[in-house]
Amino acid sequence: MSILEIISIILILGGLFFFFTATVGLIRMPDYYCRMQATGKGDTLGAVLCLSGLALYNLDSGLSFANIIVSIKIMFIAIFIFIANPTATHAISKAGIDCEVKPWTKKKEVQS
Amino acid sequence: MRYVIVFIILFINWVIWSGLLDLFHLSLGVISCLIVTFMSHDLLFKRKTFKWSDISEAFRFFAYIPWLLYQIILSNIHVAKIVLKPEMPIDPDIVPYQHKLKKDISITTFANSIILTPGTITALIVDDKFYVHCLDKKVAEDLLTGEMEQRVAKVFGEDK
Amino acid sequence: MINFFLWIGIALGCLVFVCLYRASVGPTVMDRIVAISVIGTKTTVILLLMGFIYSRIDMFIDISMGYAILNFIGTLAISKFFYSRKSIIPGSKYFAERGQKNKCLS
Repeated sequence: MSILEIISIILILGGLFFFFTATVGLIRMPDYYCRMQATGKGDTLGAVLCLSGLALYNLDSGLSFANIIVSIKIMFIAIFIFIANPTATHAISKAGIDCEVKPWTKKKEVQS
Repeated sequence: MRYVIVFIILFINWVIWSGLLDLFHLSLGVISCLIVTFMSHDLLFKRKTFKWSDISEAFRFFAYIPWLLYQIILSNIHVAKIVLKPEMPIDPDIVPYQHKLKKDISITTFANSIILTPGTITALIVDDKFYVHCLDKKVAEDLLTGEMEQRVAKVFGEDK
Repeated sequence: MINFFLWIGIALGCLVFVCLYRASVGPTVMDRIVAISVIGTKTTVILLLMGFIYSRIDMFIDISMGYAILNFIGTLAISKFFYSRKSIIPGSKYFAERGQKNKCLS
């Protein structure tokens, strides 16, 4: 097992952990503004870590032209997710505010 | 000038995504890149002239990304701590935040950075006001000190 | 290493099933959109893992990029659909205040 494989295993396991926290947040949080707090961050970092781990593992089998192109493509997908995921999060929360969904607050729970 | 820059960027993307270097695919790429450049050259650069300050702006932007990655890791650990505790100590609220940025790209970068830093998401943007959904009070106070806005303003040369 | 990718893919698949709970039960439409967007991000990674398992990464990477772009555009389109619509919770009292100022921002 080479050093690149060990680094990529660590990166992919870290990404899996952040995916896991994003999913737990999606299930447990009280309303969807708070759910987006968990998913918008956890998904972005999880996907970026997983994809960079896969790009490193792909370079392990030799530095040919095709391998380098494939790694660059994987990093392109990572950069795209890095830009697109916060934008989608903002679009969904703006739709919610336009529909006048009240955000959940602690005080409201005590009153009811 | 901007026709040439847009064409070069598009053609580099074509070569990377097709991955084939024979004559047939390269000529197809030249034709389609020319058509796209002719139809939508004004989407990427609005200004017609080229300034040298654009390049230094791009370098400062790349220097900004490692700090942003550090903030993302901090925010993920923050969210993981909150989510994995059984009692879930949250106190969410929407606070307004007044900013002084002018360019579109700096406002976009700032809004995306707010989403990726601990415990805050940008819920609505009206003119020069952000409405930010915060997960608890301490995070909101951290945002209102305006440290990140100064960093973004420094990147895009608006700190005078 | 292929076995490791297989186990990671199975774990991500289990997380997708957990997200499907929120997509089917979620009280408002927005919860469902958030859940679908999260599932799409996980699917992008699962497609790349499948590419490594079948050793056809040069083919699966294009599918994965297409899935990422379609997921982003679909989320934007659905949320744009709700920009002008007032209440998404049937029978909520905010439906009556349709013409007034936005109530969320106090």
